[in-house]
Amino acid sequence: MKRFAGWTLASPATLLVLLGLVAPVAATIYTTFGTPGGPFATYQAFFGSGFRRTVLLRTINVSLIVTVIALVIGFITAYVVSRAPGWLKSILIIAAVFPLLTGVVVRSFAWLIILGKNGILNSTLINLGIIGEPLQMLYTQGSVIVAMVYLFVPLMVLTLVGVLEAIPDDLIQASASLGANSWATFTQVILPLAVPGLIVGAVLVFTGSFTSYATPQLLGGEQVMMMGTLMYQQAMVTFDWVSASTIAAIMVVITIAIVMAMNAAARRLNPMTV
Amino acid sequence: MPTKIHPALIGFTALVFIFLVGPLIIVLGAALSDTTYLTFPPQGLSLRWFQNIFEIDAFRRTILTSLQVAVISTFVALLIGIPASYAMSRYRIQLPGWLSTLFVLPVLVPELVLGFSLLKNLAFQFNAPIFLSLIIGHTILILPYVIRVISASLASFDFSIEEAAISLGSPPLKTFFTVLLPNVRSGVIAAFILAFITSVNDVSISIFLTGPGISTLPIQLLAHMEQFFDPTVASVSVLLMVLTVAVMAIVERTLGLTFLAK
Repeated sequence: MKRFAGWTLASPATLLVLLGLVAPVAATIYTTFGTPGGPFATYQAFFGSGFRRTVLLRTINVSLIVTVIALVIGFITAYVVSRAPGWLKSILIIAAVFPLLTGVVVRSFAWLIILGKNGILNSTLINLGIIGEPLQMLYTQGSVIVAMVYLFVPLMVLTLVGVLEAIPDDLIQASASLGANSWATFTQVILPLAVPGLIVGAVLVFTGSFTSYATPQLLGGEQVMMMGTLMYQQAMVTFDWVSASTIAAIMVVITIAIVMAMNAAARRLNPMTV
Repeated sequence: MPTKIHPALIGFTALVFIFLVGPLIIVLGAALSDTTYLTFPPQGLSLRWFQNIFEIDAFRRTILTSLQVAVISTFVALLIGIPASYAMSRYRIQLPGWLSTLFVLPVLVPELVLGFSLLKNLAFQFNAPIFLSLIIGHTILILPYVIRVISASLASFDFSIEEAAISLGSPPLKTFFTVLLPNVRSGVIAAFILAFITSVNDVSISIFLTGPGISTLPIQLLAHMEQFFDPTVASVSVLLMVLTVAVMAIVERTLGLTFLAK
């Protein structure tokens, strides 16, 4: 009995993930290979369609831009937060956690109010006399990028604060007292030690952007279709489940490939493991 | 001596926090406006849009569904997640290494893909009720959070206390409730609350699993936004933010908010 105690306790959760996640997702991917016209017909159709290729490239492009912006903003912010005195640090962490725990619909909706035709930004710009007519900011790639950066900066900050906190003040001061200027300290001491955290943050933000639905739906609409919104449209509007499954399979492959590549990179670049 | 930080970096950080908090304050302002359209700063102060939430049948129903789904899936996730975490720390040698990878899979597989696959291969293929599919999807979504938080609290648990209780004649189940559970209590509370809010906020799984009469609050919000541009959505958003504040207060009391920064 004791030999199987571990399995007995772990089996309900194991079964749920196997039957509720692994099996259905595997079945979805499997059906994409079983269509008439050869095993890769659906993929040929996907990559043969100029529109779908554009959506895929746009999704990769938007996700990369969001990741880079979130990395820069998140890194600077996390560095300042990690060096802040205790009470201020707590307040700043609360200010970062609050948006993170607020749902994606609410946070995207906020940008709908700000960027709308009669939104805050347009009316402010008109009142200041900078523009005469309201600008079309919604349903552009820019609005999707801004809202996604907003969505993911807290995640990046919280991922990096822990990593940067672990760098002792003494190390930074030692670098300075040995004659390094602040730029050299940054590039040769702080940055290399933060690389594993930066990689984790980049993976979270890239995969999150790549597979997002609510933000591109609300702020991009039909004009800025991304993989998530295209998949939903194929599945629930045109009821082309084979096409939706193909998009699902491509999303799974790209997500897992990126996580694995970044894990390998993190292991290689981590200065502590050399 | 603390490290000196360039004033430009401090100014930049201040701007970032305005960027993070500002939009949510705008939502709060818009919810309090006495106008029939969304505007900020609010014109006139009124709580009528909060009242309006409960006058719209679809919102009343979906709030109820969201709460039901969140409570049930959180309980199920705790019920199966606590034993799994326990098994993985207590009987580590018995269990294969891929098990912990399996429990991270729900984070790796895109939620949209899980939602669509449950619709296609569970609800449609086996005629499973939509509500059941929703529960399964949400339970899988939050299971990794539960296992992570509980495993973290078990990491500091001294299993020899448990052995002492058993060798003194305490039956296993009683030992679990009187020795183990009280020691990981704060982890259980934090896991509950994080799982709950994750379920309430979920869009990408639920979007595929709505049917006649069944929808969750975020999905209803999306649908409402596509038709109306009135402050109702803002006031529902404020209700959700109140829930977030409550969640944060509880996490702070149990684990400390720095837990979320790990």
